[in-house]
Amino acid sequence: MAEILVLVEHVDGEVKKVTSELLTLARSLGEPSAVFVGAGFDAARDMLAEFGATRVYVAEGSDLTEFVVAPKATVLAQIVTEHSPAAVLLASTAEGKEIAGRLAVRTGSGVLTDAVAIDAELVASQSVFGGSTVVRSSVTHGTPIITVRPNATSPVAAQATAERVDVSVTLSDSDKAARVVDRVVKEKGGRPELTEAAIVVSGGRGTNGDFTVIEALADALHAAVGASRAATDAGWYPHQNQVGQTGKTVSPQLYLASGISGAIQHRAGMQTSKTIVAVNKDSEAPIFELVDFGVIGDLFQVIPQLTAEVVKRKA
Amino acid sequence: MKIVVCIKQVPDTWAEKKLSPSDQTLDRDSADSVMNELDEYAVEEALQLAEKHSGEVTVLTMGPEKAAETIRKALSMGADAGIHIVDDGLHGSDALATSTVIAKALGTVEWDLVILGSESTDARMSVVPAMLAERLGLPQLTFAEKVDVEGTTVRIQRQTEYGHDVVEASTPAIVSVVEKINEPRYPSFKGIMAAKKKPLTTLTLADLGLDAAGVGLAAAWSKVDDATLRPPREAGTIVKDEGDGGVALADFLASQKFI
Ligand SMILES: Cc1cc2nc3c(=O)[nH]c(=O)nc-3n(C[C@H](O)[C@H](O)[C@H](O)COP(=O)(O)OP(=O)(O)OC[C@H]3O[C@@H](n4cnc5c(N)ncnc54)[C@H](O)[C@@H]3O)c2cc1C
Ligand SMILES: Nc1ncnc2c1ncn2[C@@H]1O[C@H](COP(=O)(O)O)[C@@H](O)[C@H]1O
Repeated sequence: MAEILVLVEHVDGEVKKVTSELLTLARSLGEPSAVFVGAGFDAARDMLAEFGATRVYVAEGSDLTEFVVAPKATVLAQIVTEHSPAAVLLASTAEGKEIAGRLAVRTGSGVLTDAVAIDAELVASQSVFGGSTVVRSSVTHGTPIITVRPNATSPVAAQATAERVDVSVTLSDSDKAARVVDRVVKEKGGRPELTEAAIVVSGGRGTNGDFTVIEALADALHAAVGASRAATDAGWYPHQNQVGQTGKTVSPQLYLASGISGAIQHRAGMQTSKTIVAVNKDSEAPIFELVDFGVIGDLFQVIPQLTAEVVKRKA
Repeated sequence: MKIVVCIKQVPDTWAEKKLSPSDQTLDRDSADSVMNELDEYAVEEALQLAEKHSGEVTVLTMGPEKAAETIRKALSMGADAGIHIVDDGLHGSDALATSTVIAKALGTVEWDLVILGSESTDARMSVVPAMLAERLGLPQLTFAEKVDVEGTTVRIQRQTEYGHDVVEASTPAIVSVVEKINEPRYPSFKGIMAAKKKPLTTLTLADLGLDAAGVGLAAAWSKVDDATLRPPREAGTIVKDEGDGGVALADFLASQKFI
């Protein structure tokens, strides 16, 4: 069966959920081989096996993660050249897309970003213009390189062996041109990650800087917390939680927006959510054009009442 | 210090779909707002760096005749010169072709830094800056929320999923910026007048020594098979809070099995 490469997204071997989604998708296209770059493979192995990685190419060595993006493209390019896979799948994150772009140049291949589905003929569906249009595209040259949106596929386990194959690469000078001299990690707390969460509860300028009601509801629903740019710009919430054109693109089962007007740049990041709910005191707010259910009212009245109901009904 | 900023003219689809009167940033409408928004931040960053390090800013765009408007806008913001790559053969270029052409055009001028936006609102691929770094074999300093230059050292804060990385490299380097980095200036009347006298160079594929067969629609390495409009979302239920809005919302969530 055709080999499909999946680049593993991980932090020190802690594998991201999107990787289990990509492996699941890869199984419908051929035989998945994971590509693991950096330290921590032992911690990652079980999860990669659980979701069907027949093989795992492992490239260790600190210099691979000490430089921006290029080394990962080098590892993938070498595996592509040696093993001629049918396709390479990466997560459609900022960095995933950059790796894909460099890999495309390196291997002379076409690249598609932000796929939400891929069929057996490797035709990718992309959701464009803020989700209003679905485009089906295919790569016509080289090895198809496709980045896939987190949360687009439901991960399904299927045990495989995850046989380890070591890969060693020699980095060129240009691979080592941009050095990471420091990593600053913001505390992310105990909540689910924004792009992975089934439910996202977001707050905007209407919160007036008070996110406690938003967080309380998020916790009652086991949801991630999102924010509009107005809220992140004001410093009320970290930029990592921004939803929208220049923030994260989310596609949860439920998106709940409070005190967010629904500007086009915000919509670009949440429009493909399955169910959308909003609370806004302005009946003219454009967010109401998107909603399945909306409440015109003060979020400081409505949200705490909702939280209390959720807690009561879940008990 | 010499800086080239890559700017793109994007179709006004955002403005068309724009409905929010509360949206300050987009309100300065139509004709002017056709420069890709993030590229305005790139121009602004270049102008600030040039002011600090007594530099010069050239803006570069690849696009049809009309894209000259975008160069004018950047010149009226304060950029010193413009380069416009325009050729019918470029129609339908994908990111791979765009980065090839820009890489080639960058060979016609001297520079220490190239600054781009981190994403265009129409393509939304976010790959041109990385591809450019790859093609030129130069440091990739992308998704910068802060840029500092000291002699030949460039240090950025690269926005990441988990916070930020501090990344260092030597010039020449490729930088892309996120919107958090600054607040783009508006062109002043004086700026608009001055822009009319600033030099604008036009380049064709032939000028760049590129073959039309290698770029444009026919040469694209991916193709669109079809496009379908997603059916518009069905109008939802909207209720006014009369003291029980939270309960009504809970009922809805329960009916959808979220609680
Ligand atoms: C290049 C660029 C990129 C951008 N990227 C993004 C992005 O990624 N994400 C993003 O979100 N935005 C982005 N924006 C900004 C966007 O245009 C809007 O300015 C922003 O989304 C507005 O945030 P908001 O809805 O919270 O604030 P506002 O538009 O001010 O809306 C606040 C809403 O809260 C309501 N409200 C106030 N008080 C209450 C209350 N007590 N109860 C209930 N409702 C209340 C108001 O009626 C109003 O509708 C970008 C802009 C630019 C130019
Ligand atoms: N045709 C173009 N002309 C000049 N710059 C471009 C062009 N296309 C893309 N860019 C630059 O590349 C950035 C990222 O674009 P993209 O990869 O298309 O999302 C933009 O913000 C621009 O700075």
